[in-house]
Amino acid sequence: MALVQQSSPHAHRARPTSRIMLWVMIATVPGLLAQTVFFGWGNLINVVWCIALALATEAAILKWRSKPVGFFLKDNTAAVTGLLLGLSLPQFAPWWVSAVAVFSAIVVAKQLYGGLGSNPFNPAMVGYALVLISFPLAMTTNWAAPVGLGQDAPGFGETLSAIASGQQTAVDGWTMATPLDEYKHKVGSHTAAEITVHPTFGNFVARGWEWVNAAFLAGGLVLLALRIISWHIPVGFLGGLVAMSLLFGTNADQYAPLSLHLLAGGTMLGAFFIATDPVSAATSRQGKLIYAVGIGALVYLIRSWGNYPDAVAFSVLLMNFAVPFIDYYTPPRTYGHHKARRGLPTRKQG
Amino acid sequence: MTQLWNFGGGIHPPENKSQSSNRPIRSAGLPARLVLPLQQHIGEPARCIVEPGQKVLKGEVIAQVGNGMGVPVHAPTSGIVQRISLEPVPHPSGMSDTCVVLIPDGEERWCELVPQPEYRKLERDKVLALIRQAGIVGLGGAGFPTNIKLRPSVDRKVDTLILNGAECEPYITADDMTMREKADQVMAGLRIMAWLLRPSRVVIGIEKNKPEAIAALRQAAEGSKTEIAVIPTIYPSGGEKQLIQILTGQEVPSGGIPADIGVICQNIGTAVAVADAILQGRPLISRVMTATGEALAEPGNFEVLIGTPASHLLTCAGVSKQHMSRLVLGGPMMGYTLQNTDTPLIKTSNCVIAASASELPAPAPEQPCIRCGLCAEACPMELLPQQLFWHAKATEFEKAEHLNLFDCIECGACSYVCPSSIPLVQYYRFAKGEIRLQRAEQQKSDRARVRFEARQQRLDREQQEKDQRRKDRALAAAKAQEQKTSDAQTTVQDGTVTNERSGKSALVEQALARKKAKAAAASAERTEFATQLSKEAAPSETFTPEHAGKIAVAETVPSVEELEQQLTQVQIKLEKMQSMLEDARSGQAPNVDKLERAVDKNIERVRRAQRAIDDA
Ligand code: SF4
Ligand code: SF4
Repeated sequence: MALVQQSSPHAHRARPTSRIMLWVMIATVPGLLAQTVFFGWGNLINVVWCIALALATEAAILKWRSKPVGFFLKDNTAAVTGLLLGLSLPQFAPWWVSAVAVFSAIVVAKQLYGGLGSNPFNPAMVGYALVLISFPLAMTTNWAAPVGLGQDAPGFGETLSAIASGQQTAVDGWTMATPLDEYKHKVGSHTAAEITVHPTFGNFVARGWEWVNAAFLAGGLVLLALRIISWHIPVGFLGGLVAMSLLFGTNADQYAPLSLHLLAGGTMLGAFFIATDPVSAATSRQGKLIYAVGIGALVYLIRSWGNYPDAVAFSVLLMNFAVPFIDYYTPPRTYGHHKARRGLPTRKQG
Repeated sequence: MTQLWNFGGGIHPPENKSQSSNRPIRSAGLPARLVLPLQQHIGEPARCIVEPGQKVLKGEVIAQVGNGMGVPVHAPTSGIVQRISLEPVPHPSGMSDTCVVLIPDGEERWCELVPQPEYRKLERDKVLALIRQAGIVGLGGAGFPTNIKLRPSVDRKVDTLILNGAECEPYITADDMTMREKADQVMAGLRIMAWLLRPSRVVIGIEKNKPEAIAALRQAAEGSKTEIAVIPTIYPSGGEKQLIQILTGQEVPSGGIPADIGVICQNIGTAVAVADAILQGRPLISRVMTATGEALAEPGNFEVLIGTPASHLLTCAGVSKQHMSRLVLGGPMMGYTLQNTDTPLIKTSNCVIAASASELPAPAPEQPCIRCGLCAEACPMELLPQQLFWHAKATEFEKAEHLNLFDCIECGACSYVCPSSIPLVQYYRFAKGEIRLQRAEQQKSDRARVRFEARQQRLDREQQEKDQRRKDRALAAAKAQEQKTSDAQTTVQDGTVTNERSGKSALVEQALARKKAKAAAASAERTEFATQLSKEAAPSETFTPEHAGKIAVAETVPSVEELEQQLTQVQIKLEKMQSMLEDARSGQAPNVDKLERAVDKNIERVRRAQRAIDDA
């Protein structure tokens, strides 16, 4: 009988990466449902399309890099990237816009950097930012109006053909500017009261959007409860956003109100599902807080003074840049040491 | 209620303790042979004082130690020494070490024991000596000689004595059972240690999941000032540093020991051993060990004689060899696998796990790190395991050290939670090993350099002294010569040849002087040649044939001397090159060829310099 020789520890907790990613996907279900209920079939179709494309792209490039395809596909990370893109792109984004986003996410942002674990930037957000810059028309005019506002909300078949037609802009009657966009464009010339009469704002904050954000928040809380994400990033993100909003934007006639910042656009999706991508986020607790507060602040900054109505993608990418720096300067204080060792080793230690 | 503090991190692995904790401690009995390693602790190995064929009594010393750090080894039973040989010993590397192999005679005849129930009347040093003589080392795992730990240096006042009954590793229940069944002995041992240390606070830390042990100790400690602290069940609360933090809120400084902050931590089993040694005079010849795992039909805790082969204990616990896939010595978090079931169990062995394949399955294949930070959440030392892993993998040891690699206690919490199944601890061990190796090599080469420099200095000094003596001699000789020559010339010029012979001799002298001058000129040329050969040798003067003539007689000697000096220099250089070459060869450095060529060249130089001297 040959005894197994193995280094300690001999016990492991079985919650592999693939399972974690699976939970992330499951936790997006409420948000996806809310999107479907309030904005029609668009997101659902996008999600399916993006995931399929992400898996195919990942498989192809893994094969090309002579990596074990099955082994890596099973970690579910490519699927999550596809899923996040499907959830964030405009509902009527033509198929090729999504395709470009997925390609650049998987090929450029992930695999060309060395694959899982080696990418400094959040792949989904790289894809998103790329199409936002490259195809501004397609990315701003294809947002679905909340169901019930358009002339006869489009059915599944109509939505599918609108996406598959590949036209830069979908049928006019079904689409509408997002509330953040609307607010931003009118705030210079209108008062808050005048702006919010627009049907997209509805009775509470922003028709449909508030529920979608609430649903993503709920999914995010599930991830927190399962300890798949820690509280630092969502709290930092939302905290940063709230702080900036309280600091600069208390006058609703000048700046979008806090409620709109929190419950419109991709705020909750960003806070719980995108900024928390472990690979491209800071690692220590303190580092995560700094990283996330930075994202929240940048979101406010870009939304209020920048050219883009929703700013999660750019904010996340900008803070991704800062991660190595943050990581160097936020190691925890090790047990038995007076203070943390920050920065790089100095020569004399060698 | 004792105030408790938190430590960062920690995990909750399944406890798996009930298998071995529902039966009283049994005796593992006498094995067919006992294998006693001479070194079962940190420090120097004991020296064997028995011979093959010798009869020994139970409890008799069979290996003694000198004055250094170490404890003696005793015969766990009466019998005959079969041999003294290299046997596999418990070690992660599966190495062998010198052991005394004892064949029990089954009589269990004790040697004479000297109990000291009145130990309080003895000198403290005497009690410490008794503890040492009883062969007691920390039974928690590291095996530090107990008498040394119980005598902290004078400048460190110990104010807290902690008895570690946390036993946080899954599976292990040896301390739990000891506390339940031997609570009085535990307390007696604790009292002896407290008497030795005179701390102001004595506390026993026990994890919440051992209610019986807590109750038993509470009862035994009734009326004493000993605190029984019930601590949360979290791994690794029983790590010395973590337990100290939980119970005192203080941290052991990095690189320091608990005594630095006035704390001493002892294991439950150690307390029992101390009580046995002092109150009954019994040396440490057995201990309680857990035998557990799915491959055992009757897991439980056993009183095992030190030196019992693991196979014997496994048989006692009803092992099914077909089902055993992994044999772990220690707990599942920090223990190591045994390669050989005949490996003896020693003073520091607290648990053997005969695990089936389904119980401790092979880990999943390693995936890339996704920087999830779960490892950092779990690390009780507040390290960044993931960064340490990156640096270890990239062999950037300097950076790993900067991130406090050496504070890692190898508890395995990080590996346990890693979703990518990265064997993190293995990487840290690798990095630590490499760094230690580098340091050792650095030290070796530093020492070699110092030695070389010292030798060089000595040679230089000797050479200088020699030179000085020669110069003095040469000067004296030259003076005498001058005197003679001038005398002779005066004689010749004056024409007053009073002595034919002296006149002749003067002429001969002169001729000789001319010849010498010529030779000097020639040797000067050679010297220059030699100078060119050895670049290192700085010529003290530039010789030319013309002025070589001028320096003539008196300088003849120095030029040879010059040559000799150069010869030594070339020789020194050659030696240096040769030692460099040896180093390079042993280190398999890439510059071996180059050095070889350089050495050849230098040998040639030495030869030429030698020839030059011979010619001169
Ligand atoms: S737990 Fe594993 S995957 Fe996660 S950061 Fe640590 S090493 Fe990387
Ligand atoms: S093994 Fe080292 S790095 Fe890992 S959790 Fe334990 S102390 Fe931290």
